[in-house]
Amino acid sequence: MSAETSETTAPAPPAGRPPTRSAIRRRGLPPVLRHLGWALVAFLAVVGLTLLTDPFTNLRIATIGYYLIAIAGLALLTGFNGQVSLGHGAFMFIGAYTVALLVLHVPGLPFWVDLLLATVAGAVAGLLAGAAAARLHGPYLAGATLALAVGLPAVTQRFPDLLGGSNGLSFTVHSEPAALIGVVPTTRWQAWVIWATVLLAMVILVNLSRGRLGRSLRAVRDDEVAASLAGIHVGRTKILAFIVSSACAGLAGGLQAFLLGTAAPGSFTVALSLSLLAALVLGGLGSLWGAFWAAIAFVYFQAWAEDAADAVNLPVNVANNLPLALYGTVLIVVILVFPGGIHGVFSRLRAAVRSSRSSSSDRSEGVS
Amino acid sequence: MRVHRGVRGWAVAVAGILVLSACSGAGEAPSGGGGDQAPDTAPGVTDDTVVIGSHQPLTGPAAPGYSKISVAARAMYQYINDNGGINGRRIEYRVEDDAYNPTKTVEVVKKLVLEDQVFAIVGGLGTPTHSKVLDYLNQEGVPDLLVSSGALMWDQPRKYPMTFGYQVDYLREGKIQGNFIKENFAGKKIGLFFQGDDVGRDTQAGLDKYIKDQVVSRQAYDPANTDVTPQLLALKSSGVEVVVCECIPAFMALTLLTAAKIGFRPQFVASSIGSDPATLTGLLENFAKSSGATVSAQQLLTGFIGVGYLPRAGLLDDPWTKFFKQVHDKYIPNEAFTDTLIFGMAQAYTFAQALKAAGRDLGRRKLVETLETTQLKGPALVPFAYSKDSHAGYSGAYLVRNNGDGTATIVEEPVVTDREGGAVEPADTDRVDPDQTGLLSG
Amino acid sequence: MDQFLNLTLNGVASGAVYSALGLSLVIIYRATRVVNFAQPAFALISAYLAYSINQATGGYWLGFAAALVAGAVLGMLTERLLVRPVRHNELGAIIVTLGLLIVLQAVAGMVWSNEPHSFPYAFDFRGDFSPNSVFVVAAVAVTAIGVLVLFKATPLGLRMRAAAFNADSARMSGVRVGLMLTVGWGLASAVGSLAGMLAVPPFIFPNVLDGVFVYALTAAVIGGLDNPLGTIIGGFLLGVGLSYVSGYLGPELVTLASLAILVIVLAVRPNGLFGRGLARSV
Repeated sequence: MSAETSETTAPAPPAGRPPTRSAIRRRGLPPVLRHLGWALVAFLAVVGLTLLTDPFTNLRIATIGYYLIAIAGLALLTGFNGQVSLGHGAFMFIGAYTVALLVLHVPGLPFWVDLLLATVAGAVAGLLAGAAAARLHGPYLAGATLALAVGLPAVTQRFPDLLGGSNGLSFTVHSEPAALIGVVPTTRWQAWVIWATVLLAMVILVNLSRGRLGRSLRAVRDDEVAASLAGIHVGRTKILAFIVSSACAGLAGGLQAFLLGTAAPGSFTVALSLSLLAALVLGGLGSLWGAFWAAIAFVYFQAWAEDAADAVNLPVNVANNLPLALYGTVLIVVILVFPGGIHGVFSRLRAAVRSSRSSSSDRSEGVS
Repeated sequence: MRVHRGVRGWAVAVAGILVLSACSGAGEAPSGGGGDQAPDTAPGVTDDTVVIGSHQPLTGPAAPGYSKISVAARAMYQYINDNGGINGRRIEYRVEDDAYNPTKTVEVVKKLVLEDQVFAIVGGLGTPTHSKVLDYLNQEGVPDLLVSSGALMWDQPRKYPMTFGYQVDYLREGKIQGNFIKENFAGKKIGLFFQGDDVGRDTQAGLDKYIKDQVVSRQAYDPANTDVTPQLLALKSSGVEVVVCECIPAFMALTLLTAAKIGFRPQFVASSIGSDPATLTGLLENFAKSSGATVSAQQLLTGFIGVGYLPRAGLLDDPWTKFFKQVHDKYIPNEAFTDTLIFGMAQAYTFAQALKAAGRDLGRRKLVETLETTQLKGPALVPFAYSKDSHAGYSGAYLVRNNGDGTATIVEEPVVTDREGGAVEPADTDRVDPDQTGLLSG
Repeated sequence: MDQFLNLTLNGVASGAVYSALGLSLVIIYRATRVVNFAQPAFALISAYLAYSINQATGGYWLGFAAALVAGAVLGMLTERLLVRPVRHNELGAIIVTLGLLIVLQAVAGMVWSNEPHSFPYAFDFRGDFSPNSVFVVAAVAVTAIGVLVLFKATPLGLRMRAAAFNADSARMSGVRVGLMLTVGWGLASAVGSLAGMLAVPPFIFPNVLDGVFVYALTAAVIGGLDNPLGTIIGGFLLGVGLSYVSGYLGPELVTLASLAILVIVLAVRPNGLFGRGLARSV
C-alpha cells in the first residue's frame, strides 16, 4: 500500500535519539522515566533558547509548543490510526473556551487546573465525536469532521452573553509567581509553562503510542478485519484514538488561550483545521517527530513568507496573497516529491549517511 | 548518560514551581505594583523617522471591503513624507495582515510592538480583532490610536488610557439616526436589520431612545451567511416602511438586491459603515450591463439615505475631497476613488496632525496627552470627542440622500451627541481647508 | 404560509447549487476515490474568467461557456499532473488538492484583488421564483440527468465506470483507463464550474465559494458519496432544510443545523442516505 504503512516503526521520544529496546531492558529503567528524562533535557534546551532570544521569539517558541501538541494528537489519530480529521480546530475551540470561561467565571482556580480541565473538555468532546465517527469510513469521516469545524464555532452566536458572540472573549491569564514578576519577562515565563506542559503531554503520548494502544491503533489502521480477528476491539480503539487526540487538541486550545488571552470564533475557522492536517503531512505522518517539524513549519513558514513578500516591492494584490500561494505550493511539492514529509527527508538522509558509512558499495538509494 | 538520576529531583523542582504559582488564581490580578510614573519613552522614533504599525484584514473572508484602507493610508503617508514629513521625521507605516483572525491579531501586534518596535498602533481594524490587544497595548503603554471600529469599548480612558476611538461610535450613530427618523418618518413602521454582534446591539440602544415604539420587526444577519432573503421576507411581511440597516457594505448591497428580488421597496437608512455610494455602486454596477437583469445601481441607490462624518468621494466641491483626490491621482491612480479610500487617507492625515501637535520632542505619553488636550481640526465635518474624560472618536455625523446620479443631498446637517441621554444638537461648523491646517508647513 | 412558500422556493434555488457542486465531487470520487478539495477553486477561477470576459464583451453567455471549458481544462490538468502521482494515497490526495485550493484562491486574489466585484445573474433575479431561479434549477436538473444518462446508458459512461471500479480488468478489455479518469475529472470540473457560475452572484471574491463548498460536501456525504442521484437529492434537502432553519430559527444557526443534519443522517446510515457500503476503505 502507501507510504503510510511502510513506517510502522515506533515513534521517537520528543528529544534525542531513542536507544534500542534491548538497551532499555539492560538498563532496567522504565521507559516512562527515561522519556521524562529526555523531556527534561528538551525543556532545559527550550529554557536556554528563550534566554538567548528576544521576547517576540519567545512568543513564537511558545506558539510552536501548543501547535506541537495539537499536531502530535492529530498524528496519533490520522497517522497511527488512519482516521482523517478535518475538524481538529473544533477541539482547540473547546479547549480555548474552557480556559476562557474558567478564568472569567472561576477566577480563583490556578491556571494549571484550567489547563487540565481544558484537556478533559477536549477528551469528552473527543469521546462524543469518536463514538459518532467510529462507524464512518474515509471521506465520510472527513466530511463529518469538516462540518464540525464549520458548525461548532457558531454556538458562540447562539449564546452571545456567555460566549461573547462573534467578538469572542478576551482576558488575561495570571500565572507568574509573584517572586518572578519583573524578573522573568511574561512571554518567557509563558513559553516555559507551555513547553513544560507540552513535554509532559508528549511523554504520555509517546508512551501510549509505543505501548499496547499504539500497536492496536496501527493494527486497526492497516487492516480492521485482521485486527478484530487478533482480538482487538476495533470500535473501542478508534474511539480511544479520538479521545487522546482531542484531549491533546483541547490542551493546545487551552494553552493558546493561556498565551494570547483570547477565545473567539474567528480564530477557529476551517482554515485552521485544514492547516493543522496539512502541517502534519508536511512534517511527516509516521512519527511524532513529524509533528515537531510540522509545528516549526507551521509557525515559521508563514512568517518567512510574509517577510519575503514584504521585502520585494510587489503590487499590493500580489504581495498580500503571496504567502498563501507559497504555502499552497509547498504543500503540493512536498507531497509529490517527498511523500514522507520533512521527517521522511531526514530519515532518508540518516539512512544514506549510515549506509555510506557501513559500505560504499551497498548503497540502496532509497525510496522508503 | 546519567540523566535519569536527576529525574526525580527535577520533577520535584518542576512540581514545586507549579505549586508555587498555584497560590493565586488564573483570573485574579496579582496585587501591588504599578501606579508610579516612569519617564516617558519613544521607541520607534529616531532623528528622521517614526515607525508606526497597524493590523488589517488583507486576506481572508473580511478582506473584501477593508483591504484598501491601508493602501489609502500608505498613499497619504507617502504624500506627507514626500513633502518633508512631520517635524522633520518620515512616517514609516508597517501593516500586518491578521486575516480578521483574533489569534493572528495578537501575534502580529506583539510582533509590531516587540520586534518592529513601533511607536504607536494606528487604525487597528475590527472589534473582534482589536479587542484582543486592548489589554496588551495598554499594559505596554503603546499608544493605540484611531481604532477602526465604532465599538464603545475604546472609550474607557481610565481603564485604557492609551486607546482612542476614531469612527463615530455605534450608540451615537443610532441616536442620530433615531432622531432623524422620528422627525422625518413619524408614524411610519420601522424595521431594523443589523449585524448580530455589538454593532447591532449598540446601534439599537441608540435607536431605541427615539423610535422604540415605531419598530415592528428586528432582524439580524450573520456575516458568514450570505443569504438574507429570509430576514427581508420577514421585514416585508411585517409591513415595514423604513428599514434601518446596520450593515457592512457587502451586506448593504446584498440587502438592496434581495429587496429588489422579493419586490420590497421600503425607504432604506444605512449606517456609516455601509453607506459608501461609490463602493455600493461598484458592487451593483454589473447588474445594469448583464443580459438578464434590468436593474441598475442608480435605480437601487436612489433615495437611499446614509450616514457620514468624513467628506464623501461624491462631493467633489468639498476642498478635502479635492485634496484626497489629488493624492489618489498621484499615488494610487488605479484604485477606485471611494469613501473607503477617503477613510484611510483621512485617518492617516489625522494621525499626522496629532504627531505634529505633539512636537519634535516626542514621547508616547506626550502623544496621548496631546490628543486629549488638542482640538484637531481636519477632514471631518464633525469634531472629535477627545478630552481627558473621553476617548471616543467623532462625536457626530450628518445624513445624506443619494440622488441616483452620483450626487447626494444633505438631509441632516452635521449634528453631535453623547453616549448617554444628551440631545442631538447641531455641530460647530467651523471647518478648516487642507491648506489651513499647517500640517506640512515646516 | 406565504413565508413557508418563499422559504421553500429560496431553499430549492440554493439547494440546486449544492447539488451541482456536490455532483462534481461525486463524479470525481467515483472515478478516483479522491475528494477534490480544489473543486471550489476551479469554479472560482472559471467564474473570474467569465467575469473578465463579461467586462470585455458586455455579454453574459460567452463568459459562461468559457467558464465551463476552463473548468474542464483545470480538472483534466490537475488529474494528469498533480493527482495521478498520489492517487493511492488518500491523505496525500487530500493535501494536494487542498494545496491547490490555497494556491488558486491566492492567484485569484493576485489577479482580481481580494475586493468583491459585482457578478451578474444569468436572468432577471427579481420575483418570488425569479427567471434566474428557474434557470438555476433547470440547469442543474438538465446537467444531473445528462450525467446520469451518460453513466448509465452510453459507451463512454460505461468505460468510465469500468475504469473507476476495476482498472485492471477494464484495461484488459481495452479501456484506456488513464484517459477515462482524466475525462471524468474534466467532466466533473465542468459541472463544478457550472455550479460556480450559478452560486457566485451577486458578488465575486476569492472566498466566495467556501461556504457553498462545505454545504456541497455535506450534501454529498448525506446523499452518499458514490451515488450521484443521492447527492442531488441530498443537496435539495439540505438547501430547503437550511432555508427553514434560517427563516424560522435564526440565520446564525445554519451552520450548526447542517452539522446536526449530517450527524443524524450518518448516525443512522454511515454511508449516507443512498450510499452503498464501501467494500473496503482505501
